[in-house]
Amino acid sequence: MATLAIHNGRVIDPALGRDGIADVVIVDGRIARVGPNEGDMVVEAERIDATGLVVVPGFVDLHTHLREPGFEGKETIRTGTAAAARGGYTTVCAMANTRPPMDSRAAIESVLREAEKSGIVRVLPIGCITRGREGAELAPAGELAGAGVVALSDDGDAVSDPSLMRHALEYATRWGLPVAQHCEDPALVRDGQMHEGWVATRLGLRGRPASAEETFVARDIALAELTGGHLHICHVSTAGSVALIAAAKARGAHVTAEVAPHHLTLTHEEVGFGDDYRSIHYHTNAKVNPPLREEVDIAALRAALRSGIIDAVATDHAPHGQGDKEIEFDLAAPGLTMLETSFALCMKLVHDGDIDLPTLIERMTIGPVRAWGLDIRAGFDGLGTLAPGAPGDVAILDPNAEWTVDPAAFASKGKNTPLAGRMLRGLVVATVFGGALVHDTGRVVAL
Amino acid sequence: MTAETPTRPRSTRPAAWRHTDILDLDDFDVDEIETVLTLADRMREVLDRRIARVPALRGYTVVNLFYEPSTRTRASFELAGKVLGADVITITTSTSSVVKGESLIDTVRTMRAMRADAIVMRHSMAGAAYLAAEHTDAAIINAGDGSHAHPTQALLDLYTIRKHIGDLRGKRVVMVGDIAHSRVARSDMWGLTALGAEVVVCGPPTLLPRGLRPGDRPSHAESALPPVIIETEIDRAIEGADVVMALRLQSERQQGGLLPSLHEYSQFYQVTAERLKRAKPHHLLMHPGPKNEGVEIAATVASGSASIIEEQVTNGVAVRMALLYLLSGRTDLPGEETR
Repeated sequence: MATLAIHNGRVIDPALGRDGIADVVIVDGRIARVGPNEGDMVVEAERIDATGLVVVPGFVDLHTHLREPGFEGKETIRTGTAAAARGGYTTVCAMANTRPPMDSRAAIESVLREAEKSGIVRVLPIGCITRGREGAELAPAGELAGAGVVALSDDGDAVSDPSLMRHALEYATRWGLPVAQHCEDPALVRDGQMHEGWVATRLGLRGRPASAEETFVARDIALAELTGGHLHICHVSTAGSVALIAAAKARGAHVTAEVAPHHLTLTHEEVGFGDDYRSIHYHTNAKVNPPLREEVDIAALRAALRSGIIDAVATDHAPHGQGDKEIEFDLAAPGLTMLETSFALCMKLVHDGDIDLPTLIERMTIGPVRAWGLDIRAGFDGLGTLAPGAPGDVAILDPNAEWTVDPAAFASKGKNTPLAGRMLRGLVVATVFGGALVHDTGRVVAL
Repeated sequence: MTAETPTRPRSTRPAAWRHTDILDLDDFDVDEIETVLTLADRMREVLDRRIARVPALRGYTVVNLFYEPSTRTRASFELAGKVLGADVITITTSTSSVVKGESLIDTVRTMRAMRADAIVMRHSMAGAAYLAAEHTDAAIINAGDGSHAHPTQALLDLYTIRKHIGDLRGKRVVMVGDIAHSRVARSDMWGLTALGAEVVVCGPPTLLPRGLRPGDRPSHAESALPPVIIETEIDRAIEGADVVMALRLQSERQQGGLLPSLHEYSQFYQVTAERLKRAKPHHLLMHPGPKNEGVEIAATVASGSASIIEEQVTNGVAVRMALLYLLSGRTDLPGEETR
């Protein structure tokens, strides 16, 4: 019997309402016991001293671009899951915009096979909403469900045709799959490059208005209410979207939502400015869709994450190569590498007093699991919790440790972050997946 | 015995000049603008000579790298370089071929490897000149980047206005047209407000950019855009104007759904003799060109007595001479002998 005992950390397990000093004992890859001094009861074990640290269920990311197959130059399942481990994530849901896209059983099975072989943490595949992500015909949701997808999404693009979106929501109810929509009306964003506002005006870049997101959020909520389908709204970025989601949830619509760490912490000023407003730059590493917005949006998103109107933090980890970013702004690929900075960025909310630590941990563990109904689906028992029998997935955190972002040190192939050189506060000290240490900064002490 | 009195060349080392690239006017201090305008005066003098050629930039290589069609700006830079004795080559290429092939950064580095000293760049995408400047130590001159900036046009506008009305402080300068997509308007706003002019921008609501009204941005970002007055009604805008500048209207704006028709645009926003009656009696009329007469400007007005449009073109060469010279870092402006 392989046993790992994590001693004396502050254990926060929001699913069970636990928050206190305890030991976590993992036997044969599954949580065996959690409680004060439980570790002392086991005789033969690998032991980690977590004194002064926070011990939580491994994070669950609903929105990860692993890029494989098709874009292995940007990321692979191996490097993406290594980045996940460094970020405290033990479960990542792999987005469907690969090449080929995830619209067939064969494609899904190939990802699962590769994840089994080279993945460092758990990979749950997401299938396409429409065939080829072309927005014209439904992808075979039943076949995809049978192959093991946890949701459907054409992320990167919105399903634009309202009739097709209606049918996607309707059809997916048969398999209980959430339809995760990238809400931005392509007809309204056109070739917009960043948030429409005063920074875009200064830079002479075409804007993507907040309303391009909000009109689709409103439309798709109406379609979810019409069909009874489960609408999941990806990377909510505006205060207006928050208000729409709040109202929909109050009416009992089956709507869930996620927010990305960068939308909680960074504004459109990242794109154009450094220390002052005198000179500008065109910072392609801050180009992302939906775009970085304004302070009022950040405030609304933080409040919504605290209250639960937004169910989960999801990284939208979108690695790109240097050639995709060191290029004219209009041509640069949108997206940020995020898995390895997610926890530290989100800790800013705790340090700013906008959310308490247990609530943040909830939104990164059981929150996303419940949002997609994985807690009631067969095969995911205990995911996002430290309940006995749950997967032995743990993140060990130091909420106050400061570190400087060095993209060269990322496990991800994607070095595309606007945070390079910035000091962040909040460190993933170690990550345990299935009872094995998959990330270790050297700060945990084996006893 | 002839006393050889060595005549020290008159130094033209500028009082204030800190730029190694010219990307926009947003980071120009007033003293630097003055440096350019003062030197442009001397260049204009050279340009007006019978044989307009001095060897000030002998051995200096200027590459005009134009990713977007342009006649006047390209010719203006070519002439500016040639008058000063620089070697000038022009490369015109379409953005689409570049997308497929060599990257902007590669092209700029290649030009530098061939010993280009200055690269004058015109590009359809905002920020292209900034990208180039980050990746080469050749001097980059932004000759227009998408809808963003056209600093040399703004400097020639400032020079031309100054020639006529002197001190710009408190003078009302009105720009009419497609403000949202105009790199000329953006750069002019910086330059004009730096020199103390009251700047009014006027156009239909669909062609006015967001965030320009001071209330549209947070108070900490007040200085992030130049302070301008926004008008959608042309008569109110022109009222009391010292300078009226009409901007080119691209016909794509109609197809893009931003305007009902060019006809309607001309009804409400064309700069006409009738409308100019509201301006000051000795107002100036400007246009960055190329003009669509009968759309944004009435033909009679374009060639009327207030028009200084042709002068803008001539001054453009002088201002670009001054800029090339300043960027070269050279400090003597010889050439008295060629007079």
